[in-house]
Amino acid sequence: MSKASDLMGWIDARFPATKMWEEHLSKYYAPKNFNFWYFFGSLALLVLVIQIVTGIFLTMQYKPDGEQAFASVEYIMRDVDWGWLIRYMHSTGASAFFVVIYLHMFRGMMYGSYQKPRELVWLFGMFIFLALMAEAFMGYLLPWGQMSYWGAQVIISLFSAIPVIGDDLTLWIRGDFVISDATLNRFFALHVVAVPIILLMLVVMHIIALHEVGSNNPDGVDIKKLKDPETKIPLDGIPFHPYYSVKDIVGVVVFLMFFSAVVFFMPEMKGYFLEYANFVPADPFKTPEHIAPVWYFTPFYAILRAVPDKLLGVIAMFAAIVMLFLLPWLDRGKVRSIRYRSGTFKVLLVMFVISFVVLGYLGALPATEIRTMFARIFTAGYFGYFIALWFISKNENTKPVPERVTS
Amino acid sequence: MSSDSTEDKSRRRFLTAATSAVGAVGLGFVAWPFLSTWNPSARAQSAGAPVEADIGKLEPGQQLIVKWRGKPVWVVRRDAEAIATLDKVSGELRDPNSDESNQPAYAKNKTRSIKEEYLVVVGICTHLGCSPTFRPEITADWMGGFFCPCHGSKFDYSGRVFQGVPAPTNLEIPPYRFVSDNVVLIGEDGVA
Repeated sequence: MSKASDLMGWIDARFPATKMWEEHLSKYYAPKNFNFWYFFGSLALLVLVIQIVTGIFLTMQYKPDGEQAFASVEYIMRDVDWGWLIRYMHSTGASAFFVVIYLHMFRGMMYGSYQKPRELVWLFGMFIFLALMAEAFMGYLLPWGQMSYWGAQVIISLFSAIPVIGDDLTLWIRGDFVISDATLNRFFALHVVAVPIILLMLVVMHIIALHEVGSNNPDGVDIKKLKDPETKIPLDGIPFHPYYSVKDIVGVVVFLMFFSAVVFFMPEMKGYFLEYANFVPADPFKTPEHIAPVWYFTPFYAILRAVPDKLLGVIAMFAAIVMLFLLPWLDRGKVRSIRYRSGTFKVLLVMFVISFVVLGYLGALPATEIRTMFARIFTAGYFGYFIALWFISKNENTKPVPERVTS
Repeated sequence: MSSDSTEDKSRRRFLTAATSAVGAVGLGFVAWPFLSTWNPSARAQSAGAPVEADIGKLEPGQQLIVKWRGKPVWVVRRDAEAIATLDKVSGELRDPNSDESNQPAYAKNKTRSIKEEYLVVVGICTHLGCSPTFRPEITADWMGGFFCPCHGSKFDYSGRVFQGVPAPTNLEIPPYRFVSDNVVLIGEDGVA
């Protein structure tokens, strides 16, 4: 026995290090037919790490104070060595997080990864999505620019639509009669401590639930059905490490190429990642001519604006997210992958994607009558997907699913 | 202690339930101070003190912005032409008589004011809290009033909301009173 294996034995008798390594990496058998859509889970983890590391270093220079916040961000940008890089990595990371997460979620919708037995994997993922939206929203207030201020004002005012308690609730959330230093301070605490802890816990639960049931794949075939009679290893499974840990490095490299291009050459992304109005300090007396949330919220914002009633608009916006939560139960189909599902399903999914993208486009623009009309049409398309899916999935005209995965 | 299977489990269940219930109540009591820290602090409350506005130099058609509780409060001086628009638009309003809206009793009238000439109103849209812009010009299709750039809500010269826009109620009128002809005190009316 070597010194190293002696040491591992000593640790394993006290902490299940080898057991965990094997369960989650070297003996976690993932289907061998993963395609590029399966990069986005590990990429999300990478972005999370980027956000945490850059975030920690930003807090060392940032001042969560209504009088000093805006100036301290400019101080980071101009006077701190490499401060601009850390901050642009963090701001680009926020958008990259949503790019990756949206693609990751779409992968799940396409291959039915939310279906039985992966309902909890999907639910934990949806809670991660919610926590991420809260995290992004509160982080956007911190630079204390015009868009930070008025964006937060609009979003917090959403709660005032709740009957009876609405006004007191918004007062309680803000801690003042308007967005103020009190709001900034509590958002800072939530953004850097509370929500990240929740996010990390949810990520652990997401992965534990996934490894309990095993990964889905582009064929939606259950690889645990056919195992090698002697080794009990799924015939279509390969150990995550080294096969996918190495494959994911390719994804990481490609991702970092795009990420670096944005960080170095277009960190504002033409006003989509960092809005121009946010380069003006917050002014409680002057609303910018055009208020739009950052791009990743615009689909939901367009739904809010599409409804002419305040309370119903807020309800519609939240319902848009609740629909995603309910997806495992709205889809009554037995076939997971789009490869073997009906033509109707494919049409519906295309309709959903178009609706989502168009709503995102409309939500970034000022509302006009014609745009509001389109927003209503595509809001119907968004909700229509979930409703139609419930109806068509009961007796869907599917193709036969193969026993083994295809290559 | 015997551990035969006939022992009565109901006592153990009762104790577990009772401990859980008492613990939950205790947790609620402990949560209270934490949640209370989010209320507006004493300092924020005191910043809500009434403010005086000098309206002596305000010309007809002009708007004065005063900060009260951190919010913009507008004082708008209306001429006869502006007041005349109020009757013309009343058919297009959602709440022309301000029944659903927020104002002191003395401002629950057509002009939503104590003195017809002066509109004192909180400059925060009742939809989602943006600050509307003052559009005093009277044209063929616009009778003058306020327009919210965020979601397109429109208000007339009394801050009354038009139909078919997202804002649910008229702009809020704060409590106020005239200290003298030229000074208005916002945030206190001596009524309540």
